[in-house]
Amino acid sequence: MSKITAWDKVTLARELARPKAIDYINNIFQEFVELHGDRYFGDDKSIVGGIALLEKIPVTVIGEQKGKNIKENMERNFGMPEPEGYRKALRLMKQAEKFKRPIITFIDTPGAYPGMGAEERGQGEAIAKNLMEMSKLKVPIICIVIGEGSSGGALAIGVGDKIVMLENAVYSILSPEGFASILYKDSSKAKEAAENMKLTAKDLKKLGIIDKIIEEPENGAQNDFETICENMKEYLLKEIKKLEKLTERELVEQRYKKFRVM
Amino acid sequence: MIIDKVKKLNGEEKVKTRNESASDRMIGKWVKCDNCKEILYKEELHKNLSVCPNCGKHFRLSARRRIKQIADEGTFEEIGKDILTEDPLHFDGYIKKVETLREKTKIEEAVKCGICEIEGQKVVLGVMDGNFLMGSMGRAVGERITLAIETAIKKKLPLIMFCVSGGARMQEGIVSLMQMAKTSSAIARLNEKGLLYISVLTDPTTGGVTASFASLGDIILAEPKALIGFAGPRVIEQTIKQKLPKGFQSSEFLLEHGFIDKIVERKDMKETLAKLVRLHTATKGGVK
Repeated sequence: MSKITAWDKVTLARELARPKAIDYINNIFQEFVELHGDRYFGDDKSIVGGIALLEKIPVTVIGEQKGKNIKENMERNFGMPEPEGYRKALRLMKQAEKFKRPIITFIDTPGAYPGMGAEERGQGEAIAKNLMEMSKLKVPIICIVIGEGSSGGALAIGVGDKIVMLENAVYSILSPEGFASILYKDSSKAKEAAENMKLTAKDLKKLGIIDKIIEEPENGAQNDFETICENMKEYLLKEIKKLEKLTERELVEQRYKKFRVM
Repeated sequence: MIIDKVKKLNGEEKVKTRNESASDRMIGKWVKCDNCKEILYKEELHKNLSVCPNCGKHFRLSARRRIKQIADEGTFEEIGKDILTEDPLHFDGYIKKVETLREKTKIEEAVKCGICEIEGQKVVLGVMDGNFLMGSMGRAVGERITLAIETAIKKKLPLIMFCVSGGARMQEGIVSLMQMAKTSSAIARLNEKGLLYISVLTDPTTGGVTASFASLGDIILAEPKALIGFAGPRVIEQTIKQKLPKGFQSSEFLLEHGFIDKIVERKDMKETLAKLVRLHTATKGGVK
């Protein structure tokens, strides 16, 4: 096997052809019903969410949705949510708690959208609220980084009992470009930054940030999508079964401890 | 008169002063206000709580000075002092940078937490320090803050956090990101115990700190004209390819948009905090 660099993974994670949140939702679950809106301001299309069946278990699924071409990406704002997206996600997660449904989130974003409207409507507050609320939800939460997991915009749907990454996904504090621009004062040094940021699945497993890596073919998830979905489904069923054995109190306590030691 | 003067000076000349180095502005016993450009005697400025007597600009404060202004004299007992920067990513030059900075500034970390009294009322107080890597949050900062929150829970005390931060500490990468989850989870626990949390936003509060504990106060106060936001102004301007209007992401802007409760001048801060804490001491017979 040839050596794949961290930057190669960043490139793979961003590929247009790479399966997106809705692809996973449609393949792993049945009877998906998409639900819209945050009930305050609008419906952010860069986050999709709803109810679906995992085998026979009703679950709430939420995902950051990128497009596969320019048109779709315009519609999805390149997977960069505004506060409404995070507030919709939180609404659906609270709903899941009410009906005792496990929550599965798919993370795939270059980051929360840094626009004027987003700031005016409290991007920071929206993310903060999600982190706080997710930490105490009384239902199992499994978060899967399927592509690019960048900054607080990724973490805002990423506080779970199990954190999973696809083999070629990346998860980091900021995009390598942003990181290079801050630390090396030169965004063109993104490649170099990527190597130093410890953003690959393997690095994050080693650092104890994630629990599981789901393998994918060297040239990207789109080349063996069916197998990845099967493995993912198997993992979800197994872990949800385990997590559902815990009392609500144990579940929340375990989640607190998970992040407490980080 | 003064306002006119400031307005006049706020034009192009202000841009020039922004590019001056700190040493240009702080020469010996004198300091130049980067807002109204008045030359101020440093000791006078400090006596005035580091607020420009001419234009009212709130200068950035070290944690040490802030604690002196807020805590009753001699009551501050630090917690988590032993928690220091680690290097989880083995990032080239990071530890050396921290050590050099520590030596130069005599500051141990970008936050100082402790138990103290404010007008005789016991609280847990956390104060971030912008002089230490821009108050950025890595594991040590997150750990100190979480420990402070847990101390408030254990001792059933109100929590006050003074925030100043450029965001997450880049050199600790993903570990810094996780501090946002850690601190926010701890605030969730504080809330479940019915304890008061007042967050005070000072210039600047941005990034991962804004997107975690800073935005989660029961009551959120801010100093006047502080820059407060998630994305930094430069990043937004690059994204939308236009200049931001004046005052965008200022305390006044946030108040108008409903994200903070009150703007409090430094001279009124201690009194305001003491009052708010007192209003939360009610037992069945009313407040103390």
